[in-house]
Amino acid sequence: MTTQPPLAIEATGLVKSFGETCAVDGVDLAVRSGSVYGVLGPNGAGKTTTIRVLATLLRPDAGSARVLGHDIVREAEAVRELVSLTGQLASVDEDLSGQENLVLLGLLLGLKRRAAKARAGELLTAFGLAEASGKLVKHYSGGMRRRLDIAASIVVTPQLMFLDEPTTGLDPRSRNQVWDIVRTLVAEGTTILLCTQYLDEADQLADRIAVIDRGTVIAEGTPGELKASVGSRALHVRLLDPDQRPEAARVLERELGSVHLEADPAALSGPCSDADRAAEAVAELGRASVRIGGFSLGQPSLDEVFLALTGHTAEEQTEDGAADLHEEQAA
Amino acid sequence: MSTRTSHAQTSTPAAGEETAALRRALASTPRPPRASAVQATLAFGWRGMLKVKHVPEQLLDVTITPVMFVLMFTYLFGGAIAGSTGEYLDYILPGVLVMSILFTTVYSGVALNTDLTKGVVDRFRSLPVWRPAPLVGALLGDAARYLVGGTVIVVLGLALGFRPGAGIGGVLAAMALVIVFAFGLSWVFTTLGLLLRSPSAVMNAGFMGIFPLTFLSNVFVEPETLPAGLRAFVDVNPISILATASRGLMHGNADPTEIVIVLATAAALTAIFAPLTTRLYRRG
Ligand SMILES: Nc1ncnc2c1ncn2[C@@H]1O[C@H](COP(=O)(O)OP(=O)(O)OP(=O)(O)O)[C@@H](O)[C@H]1O
Ligand SMILES: [Mg+2]
Repeated sequence: MTTQPPLAIEATGLVKSFGETCAVDGVDLAVRSGSVYGVLGPNGAGKTTTIRVLATLLRPDAGSARVLGHDIVREAEAVRELVSLTGQLASVDEDLSGQENLVLLGLLLGLKRRAAKARAGELLTAFGLAEASGKLVKHYSGGMRRRLDIAASIVVTPQLMFLDEPTTGLDPRSRNQVWDIVRTLVAEGTTILLCTQYLDEADQLADRIAVIDRGTVIAEGTPGELKASVGSRALHVRLLDPDQRPEAARVLERELGSVHLEADPAALSGPCSDADRAAEAVAELGRASVRIGGFSLGQPSLDEVFLALTGHTAEEQTEDGAADLHEEQAA
Repeated sequence: MSTRTSHAQTSTPAAGEETAALRRALASTPRPPRASAVQATLAFGWRGMLKVKHVPEQLLDVTITPVMFVLMFTYLFGGAIAGSTGEYLDYILPGVLVMSILFTTVYSGVALNTDLTKGVVDRFRSLPVWRPAPLVGALLGDAARYLVGGTVIVVLGLALGFRPGAGIGGVLAAMALVIVFAFGLSWVFTTLGLLLRSPSAVMNAGFMGIFPLTFLSNVFVEPETLPAGLRAFVDVNPISILATASRGLMHGNADPTEIVIVLATAAALTAIFAPLTTRLYRRG
């Protein structure tokens, strides 16, 4: 890294509790301007709470943060002028039409009625919502609602945008549309703080990722660094017949020392740093009559990263799972 | 599209066009000056009106209920209480106007509580606008509904034989006074709306307060016949004073002191509960 762009978000030791629950428990973040910063964590990790604190909707109990150079507590009003929030619950008004939602926000942001209408029309077209502009939002599909939600966040282009789980519940096509929108926004210079539970999404969009679990950042880095921190490389095997996975897992466990079952029922992987070991393992699979559709030697998936960092996968949140990174690596 | 988008699996030509349109949309936005307090409040008031436009059923509770009240009280109790329905109508119509509008103020709190369960409030709270704007705007929108309800009552009253001595001017003045008071009282219910957990809790608590207050007033009966202790309460009840003042305005014999008391009460309620509501709303 040669020239360091200024920091868009600089948070130290943020804490926010709700009664007994400590939702955010000492979060530090440093987000460079012009980047997409991914905050990755399972349900209840504290992602939304972190965003709400940074967007000045909640006051932190402890710690401090500067957003675009302004203190989130003392200069909250200045922060609000520069950021926009796309919440986890669709932050548009369901009882209004898409067009009315955007005009309303235009007016609230200081546009005159005529300008607000023109801006609404422009955004509805850009987001593929022109035809549905007069329909009430409660009749929109999930994907349309999300796009409107993002459009509402850029009625006046923000310098920093908070995006809370923008693709949860969307089909792959809508998800790709949202990803394209995010990429375009960033290309035009907006900084984005993106919360997600999808390892894939963070990997695709984010320049840096903070993995957060139970209110604390447990790892931070580029997607590549995070993968590297888990160990070296991994052999990924795809089976022709998912029923043979238990057998394949036994073979790989014997050959590579450990094995990871992917979400895809026909896929599994294991740590493996050199090609000869990989070739040997694949040959063993053949000898055990496991039919293989394909295999590759590559970086571990973020799913594996999460497993290594927390002791549980992103999907299966266990109570006793807060294993230490160093223990995992030593093991 | 840049190289970063190369892994998007569905980059159809249409998506390409949309990206171009998105680029243009992003490029053309100089930040306008911040919306003034009035501008922001009016925008939120417009939002309230739009909701009525899209869900006109909302007007039912400000129209049907008062109609029922007028008919019920005039014909069921009128003869018994005042001797004749015509005479009673002159007494009770301003009272029914007061009651039905004040009952509707509870819904301001219910609506706010319902809003809070939706994500859109987070967006409103993250906007750089005058802090009370969403609340004041919503109440302005509600005032428009009170106007509709009030008009329905007065028109029905006129059809049934209500004869305001001070003419249409007096009726409008009375309606304005009631709406101003309702605006002040609404703040109590928006505060409740932010403190209680569910819309139905707000509704129950609200009516538990407003119901006895309205019935222990002179809205329906002259207090002369009441036991002394009760009468003392009825006489100082702000709702009695509001009802008397409205009657006075409609019939042309208003006591300015009463009008001043009503306006002062509305101002006091606003001064206490508006900042409280605003603080609670911001805190979320
Ligand atoms: N307003 C609130 N009152 C009480 N507890 C809360 C509140 N908001 C969040 N919490 C609690 O704080 C913890 C973190 O919640 P948060 O919503 O920040 O998680 P998240 O990472 O966004 O999860 P998800 O992926 O499910 O959206 C949870 O245990 C949640 O129950
Ligand atoms: Mg969340």
